[in-house]
Amino acid sequence: MAIGRIFIANRGEIAVRIIRTCRALGIETVLAASTADRDSLPAQLADRAICIGPPRPSESYLRVETIVAAARGTNCDAIHPGYGFLSERAALAKMCEEEGITFIGPTAAQIETVGDKLRARSAAQAAKVPVVPGGAVSSVDAAIELARDIGVPLLVKAVGGGGGRGMKRVDHFHDLPASFELASAEAGAAFGDARVYLERFVASGRHVEVQVLGDGRGGVIHLGERDCSSQRRYQKLVEETPAPGLSETLRHDLHAAAVRFSEQIAYRGAGTVEFLVDRERETFYFLEMNARIQVEHPVTELVTGLDLIAEQIAIASGAGLRLEQSAVRRHGCAIECRINAEDPANDFLPSPGMVREVSWPMGEGIRVDTHIVAGSRVPPFYDSLMAKIIAHGPDRATALQRLRNAISSTRVVGVATNLPFHAVALADPEFQAGGMDTGFVARLLERTPDMTERTRHD
Amino acid sequence: MSLTAADVVEIMQLIEGSSFDELSLELNGMKLNLRRGSVPADGSSSQHSGAVATPAAAPTPAAISPQVAATNGTKASPGVDPSLHEVTAPLLGTFYLAPKPGAPPFVEPGSLVEPDTVIGIIEVMKLMNSVRAGVRGKVAEIVAGDGTLVEFGETLMRVTKSG
Repeated sequence: MAIGRIFIANRGEIAVRIIRTCRALGIETVLAASTADRDSLPAQLADRAICIGPPRPSESYLRVETIVAAARGTNCDAIHPGYGFLSERAALAKMCEEEGITFIGPTAAQIETVGDKLRARSAAQAAKVPVVPGGAVSSVDAAIELARDIGVPLLVKAVGGGGGRGMKRVDHFHDLPASFELASAEAGAAFGDARVYLERFVASGRHVEVQVLGDGRGGVIHLGERDCSSQRRYQKLVEETPAPGLSETLRHDLHAAAVRFSEQIAYRGAGTVEFLVDRERETFYFLEMNARIQVEHPVTELVTGLDLIAEQIAIASGAGLRLEQSAVRRHGCAIECRINAEDPANDFLPSPGMVREVSWPMGEGIRVDTHIVAGSRVPPFYDSLMAKIIAHGPDRATALQRLRNAISSTRVVGVATNLPFHAVALADPEFQAGGMDTGFVARLLERTPDMTERTRHD
Repeated sequence: MSLTAADVVEIMQLIEGSSFDELSLELNGMKLNLRRGSVPADGSSSQHSGAVATPAAAPTPAAISPQVAATNGTKASPGVDPSLHEVTAPLLGTFYLAPKPGAPPFVEPGSLVEPDTVIGIIEVMKLMNSVRAGVRGKVAEIVAGDGTLVEFGETLMRVTKSG
């Protein structure tokens, strides 16, 4: 089915990104905008912007019925959910299926499968994709037996838990019985459920994910991996492709595992399979699948030369996969910095407000995905992502140098940004060496107590 | 407690939005029987949907801006009579002036309204939401068309305030 008009159920830079591809394809766009986003850049760029409700996401961007009614009322053929908001809510995909609107993404059933940790883990096991070794145990004896397979260090976790309660780290086998009893008692007291399970503890892990495209009929290709280990409290800050320093065997195995997992569920659309790469053991485990376009998709686009939004639209319109695995070529290296309205000198406190002046970088190999121009507002109701600055080069050193120049030539006045953080991070010897684990940002912040001072003298 | 005319209208709307064809209600010795009558087989709500006038996407952003500006809450532009109250859409959806096709409209220009008078309904995915006048006064002008998609905050009608 040809798609002539797309309803964009999102905001910010991803809305601008989707509009850009739609224009190139000659597809009309209708943008959902809350009252806080009526004057936003995407609202100006879309063929039409429609006000769906007040600023609070629960009253606008998260209302499934309103989104579908607005898409139908404006005669849109399809809904692109972007990332976040309703992108991984099975309810939206389901209502689209019922209303005969094309959902640009996976099926509702696939969203449910990958959204449920236990079901996703079973699917991974069925596809022979390694998961973090572990399992539920009901007695000390069973725990000791399982622990022999898992090895130490390991974690004892509450089945019904979260937030670290009922969780114990075990470094020596002889500590296991006491830790098991303690974790079980804590779990019972905290969650009313004394069941615990054991899981291998990865002391030094990297976050590496693989981009896939699936046709929904079992055909899947991968577009390489991205290393997203530069995270602060699970928020990604810098992403790059290829992942530096992986052995070619490990890289190949990651790609193959992502494809097997996606084939297992006959995944439809663009998706990302996330893995934890265990640096010490030189192995990897399935974490989860993200059933949507990712924030960091541009690094993949720059090295492959593909337009992932266009591929999403092609798959949604029934064209299937437009290229075979052997036709996917990856050239050079790309690195992305997420520019957030957050103040690194003030514990990354969000800094909403009006952007009075802004100057984004340009130059060879530089791409900027943004929704911020002079006069734009960063509303306090949504995430603080202002832009993604991405650099591409024939090798990592070139891409990194281009990105450092781009970061230092970027100017934003009116709101605080994490640009100083990026300047420090990209200049750090650990980052320059590449292949850091997810503890990198925490270590960096520890050794750089005053971010603003550092960057002024940098 | 007794049922007012407005309550009955609201109950009718609830049935409209439901899958029921008949309702019997007994309340303080009062008996209310409602039945969907002479309704086409496919039901009135789907008929509503069929009648939805769907504005095409405007070709240029420029065409959007005035519309966006017009929906900017209840702030009246200079020169507008301050006694005029704008009733705006509390949510996005399809606006209907009458409880069902062919039925007389809830209000017309000249109708007297109380704050809780239902002046129209907004349908969102088959759910009917009543819109109330919000002020006491007289309907001066109906702005939004019957069966059209209205945005959040869009002006539906203007009411001359009284009292």
